[in-house]
Amino acid sequence: MLDQSQLEMAFLPFLLATIVKMIAMFSLYMVSVAYTTFAERKISAWIQDRHGPNRVGPWGIFQVLADGVKNFTKEESMPGGVNKPLFVIAPALAFIPALMAWAVIPFAAPLPTPWGRVDMVVADMPIGFLFTLAITSLGVYGIVLAGWASNNKYALLGGLRSSAQMVSYEISMGMATVCVLLVAGNVSLTRIIDQQVYLGWNAGVLSVAAFIFLVAAFAETNRVPFDLPEAESELIAGYHSEYSAMKFSMFPISEYANMITASGMFVTLFLGGWDIPFTHWDNFGAVTLGKFVATFAMFVAKVIFFVFFYIWVRWTLPRFRYDQLMSLGWKIMLPTALAYVVIVASSILALDMAGLARGRMFGLAMFGLNVVLFVILFFILDRGRIVSPAASRLDRARLAHLRAQAQNRATLNPKEIR
Amino acid sequence: MTINVKVMERPISEVSYVRATLSGLALTLKHMVSPHKVTLQYPDEKWDISPRWRGTHRMLTTEDGDSKCVACGLCPTVCPANCIKLVPGEDEAGNRYPLVFEIDEFRCIFCGYCQEVCPEEAIHLGRHYENAEFSRSKFVYDLERLTAQTHPVSTLWDPADPRGE
Repeated sequence: MLDQSQLEMAFLPFLLATIVKMIAMFSLYMVSVAYTTFAERKISAWIQDRHGPNRVGPWGIFQVLADGVKNFTKEESMPGGVNKPLFVIAPALAFIPALMAWAVIPFAAPLPTPWGRVDMVVADMPIGFLFTLAITSLGVYGIVLAGWASNNKYALLGGLRSSAQMVSYEISMGMATVCVLLVAGNVSLTRIIDQQVYLGWNAGVLSVAAFIFLVAAFAETNRVPFDLPEAESELIAGYHSEYSAMKFSMFPISEYANMITASGMFVTLFLGGWDIPFTHWDNFGAVTLGKFVATFAMFVAKVIFFVFFYIWVRWTLPRFRYDQLMSLGWKIMLPTALAYVVIVASSILALDMAGLARGRMFGLAMFGLNVVLFVILFFILDRGRIVSPAASRLDRARLAHLRAQAQNRATLNPKEIR
Repeated sequence: MTINVKVMERPISEVSYVRATLSGLALTLKHMVSPHKVTLQYPDEKWDISPRWRGTHRMLTTEDGDSKCVACGLCPTVCPANCIKLVPGEDEAGNRYPLVFEIDEFRCIFCGYCQEVCPEEAIHLGRHYENAEFSRSKFVYDLERLTAQTHPVSTLWDPADPRGE
């Protein structure tokens, strides 16, 4: 039992380390969000054979500062008939959950300090993953309230679409991560990374879950091809039609923040977090500064790759139609995810009963199973037209009947039709 | 209410979203890494404009710096937009010269008739397009301004040499 002074001795460094980590991660995160907007503009420009912003500073790297100054100095307009408290608080509600979810993501190997070993995660919660599920679900409130408080029918439609979409895809996302939790036997993200060190990355061990999670993450962050809430061709700008200046800017910022958080979650759950592949020197033995730097760089590289992937997909794919979105979410992704949970659970049970220890061989067995499932899944996906609503499948006889009707109508006297 | 969409029977290779997605991603990646960009870095680089480009006017001058204009009145007559204001004057020797020669560049439609009709080859359209000003009144170019401009002048289309060879 520790007495009071010993408790203080143990608690003070922890408190200090946590504050330092919070400040460091917050600044790093905000800078990354700003530069993700810059990366989006640059990459979209390159994809479209343009140069992108290149006037402010060398290669335009200070463009984000110019954007920030512009957004802060623009006129804030408050449209008539808005619900003022909600209208003001909605941008913050959209942004805060993305930031909070980042608190539980481990981003590097522990760092040795004179006061002991410091875990490189802001809050190493034992319920880490459940916390992210709870917090990221809150992100929808910002968008729905923005749409509702705006007193604008298009904004409201955008908010409604967003809520329907997030609820639909959150289920598939949750089901995909249930598989990860089954394999890890734990919900702490630190333990999930440890499990991936022993078994091999979940992207291989649970590749179907990784695929489902990736698709659902696109929908969760409202990115193309699932950016129905702000479908500018139908809804002007969707839920943020009525916003201006920095309040408007908070929505893109929260979108990019969500993107980074979703990439961080994907990397942690499926790509081994900060684990460096094919080596174990970073995972075992004494903690050193070198390991910290290398693993942190590895984590950042993985996250950057997925942020790039998000942007790459955005400038490639068209947007889904709304019925296709719902059909994909409920009729394809959810059943697939549910079936996959059953398959994973039973195969884990079978492998455990066969006496296979949780290690390389266990991972390889799961990987083999997943290759088979992945091939089957893609064979079905490749049949085409998977996202058409069932109501649209007219059979040939009905089609012929409709055509005949149309033919008759064309030859009728217009007065008779009336 | 469900949305009824007519679905055409097409071969799988044409309707597969997976294959289309992958080939699309490959295409955008190819464009992204390609060093060929189509944007012209405007203030640093400029297009070569056509020799027949019809931009804001310029009045050519004689060797002693006076305008070549003899105030014959053909250009205000031919101008379809009625943008040229000409008040003729005459000196002691009987030479006509413009007392006032103003072109309202906002009214001008840059047809080039004034240049075509000018017997003295005095008024010309310019091969020039950077015309920004801070006030609307600056766009009425007076004689002083028209003679002071130095940008190259337009070569009008010559029916005898239709391709400009």
